[in-house]
Amino acid sequence: MIPSGFEYHSPSTLDEAISLLAEHEDAKIIAGGHSLLPMMKLRFAEPAHLVDINGISELKGVREDGATIRIGAMTTENELIASAILHNKCPLISEAARLIADPQVRNRGTVGGDIVHGDPGNDHPAIMMAADATLVVRGPDGERALPASGFFLGTYWTQLEEGELLTEVQVPAFGAHTGHGFNKLKRKTGDYATAASVVVLTLDGDRCSEIRIALTNVAPMAIRAEQAEDSLRGQVISDALIEQAAQQVMAVCEPVEDLRGDAEYKTHMAGEMTRRSIRDALARARG
Amino acid sequence: MAKTHIGFTLNGQPVETLVDARELLVHVIREQLGQTGTHIGCETSHCGACTVDLNGQSVKSCTVLAVQANGAEVLTVEGLAVNGELHPVQQAFMEEHGLQCGFCTPGMIVRAYRFLQENPDPSDEDIRLGLSGNLCRCTGYQNIIKAVKSAASKLQTT
Repeated sequence: MIPSGFEYHSPSTLDEAISLLAEHEDAKIIAGGHSLLPMMKLRFAEPAHLVDINGISELKGVREDGATIRIGAMTTENELIASAILHNKCPLISEAARLIADPQVRNRGTVGGDIVHGDPGNDHPAIMMAADATLVVRGPDGERALPASGFFLGTYWTQLEEGELLTEVQVPAFGAHTGHGFNKLKRKTGDYATAASVVVLTLDGDRCSEIRIALTNVAPMAIRAEQAEDSLRGQVISDALIEQAAQQVMAVCEPVEDLRGDAEYKTHMAGEMTRRSIRDALARARG
Repeated sequence: MAKTHIGFTLNGQPVETLVDARELLVHVIREQLGQTGTHIGCETSHCGACTVDLNGQSVKSCTVLAVQANGAEVLTVEGLAVNGELHPVQQAFMEEHGLQCGFCTPGMIVRAYRFLQENPDPSDEDIRLGLSGNLCRCTGYQNIIKAVKSAASKLQTT
C-alpha cells in the first residue's frame, strides 16, 4: 500500500513550517507518521502537501524550567521513557509511555503527534489532562497556551486551528505528596486501550486536596470525570468513596462497540481501571 | 510530480536513487535497491516484519517514507553477516530453532540485533518486551526467546 501523491516539504525551523502551512491550503503536518501514514495508505487522508517537522530540532527534548517541565512536541515516546527529568518530576508520563505502541513505533511516535491527532484511542490526551498540562500552539498570528482539559472537542477534532501546530507541552512538576495511577487494558502490545484511566492526586495529610481523573477510548475524545473528582476532593479516600467514584466514571462513559468489546464491557472496564488507578495514586502519594 | 533524489548508507554502502515522495522505505530497499531480505507483512506498523535499523534505532520501514531516510544509516538483515559468516544473532536463531516459516525472521533478527545493544544481558521478560513489536505465527515465541538469550551470551563472550 502506497499513499496517494503529495508534495513533500522538510522545514528546518518552526517559522518555515508555519509559512508552509499558510502557503498551502491542503497541507498536513507529519510527526512520527504512525497514525497519519496508515491513514494515507487507506485514503482516509490525502493531503496535497506533507510538512515533515522531524528536522526541527527546537521541537525536541525535555527541559526543566523552575517547577515546570517543558516537553518539545517532537519528543518521541522512547525519549519520554528515557528522560531522567520526567522519571523524577512527572513519572506518570515516562511510565505511561511504556504502555504505548511497541519499541519500534516508540522510536518514531511523538508526544505531540499523539496529542493533536485527536483519536480517542491515543493515550497522551488523558495523560496530559490528568497531569494538568498546558499545550503551547503556534500559528501565523503567534502563540497560544491552552489547558489540555478542554482542548479535545471530539474525534479528530481539537482546539488546534488551521495553520497552527503544537510546539510544546508544559507540565507542572509533581510535589512531594502527589501520586499517579495509569491503568490501561489492552488486548495485545500495540493495541489501543479497551479502556484506560489516569489519576493524579495530591494528599494533604490523609485528605485528598486535589485530584484529576481522565479516561481514554470510552467517549468520542479523551474526557475528564469531574463528578468523580468532586466526590473525592477534600475527602479521606475510603473504599466506599473509590467505589462511588468508579460508578460516577462509568456513568459518563459512552464507548463505541468494536472488536475490543461492547459498550457495557468497556464501561465496566473503565470503572475497574479507575479503581486501580486511584489505589495506585494513593499508594504513591503516601510515599 | 517530480522525483526526489535521495542518498543514504545501506549496510555500509552508499546508495543513491530517485524516489516519489509517497514511496515507503521498505519498497525502495526491496524494489529499487534489490535487497529483499526485509519483508512486507501487515503494512500498518503492527507486525514488525519490515523492521530495519535507521540511524541506530529499530523502525518499521513500511511506515517511514524513503525521503525521510535521506542521509541516514540503514541496516537490514543482509548487513549482519560478515564475509559469509553469520552474525551471532543469526547463528543463535538457527541453533535454537527460532524460526519455522521464516517470514518474520529478518525483522526479528534485525530487532534482536539492536535490542541486544540496548540491553546486552536481558531477562526473559526484557526480551519479551523488547521484541513485542514483532509478531511470529509459527514458533509460539519460546525458541525466539531462547535464541536471543543464546545470542546475548555469544555476544558477551566474543
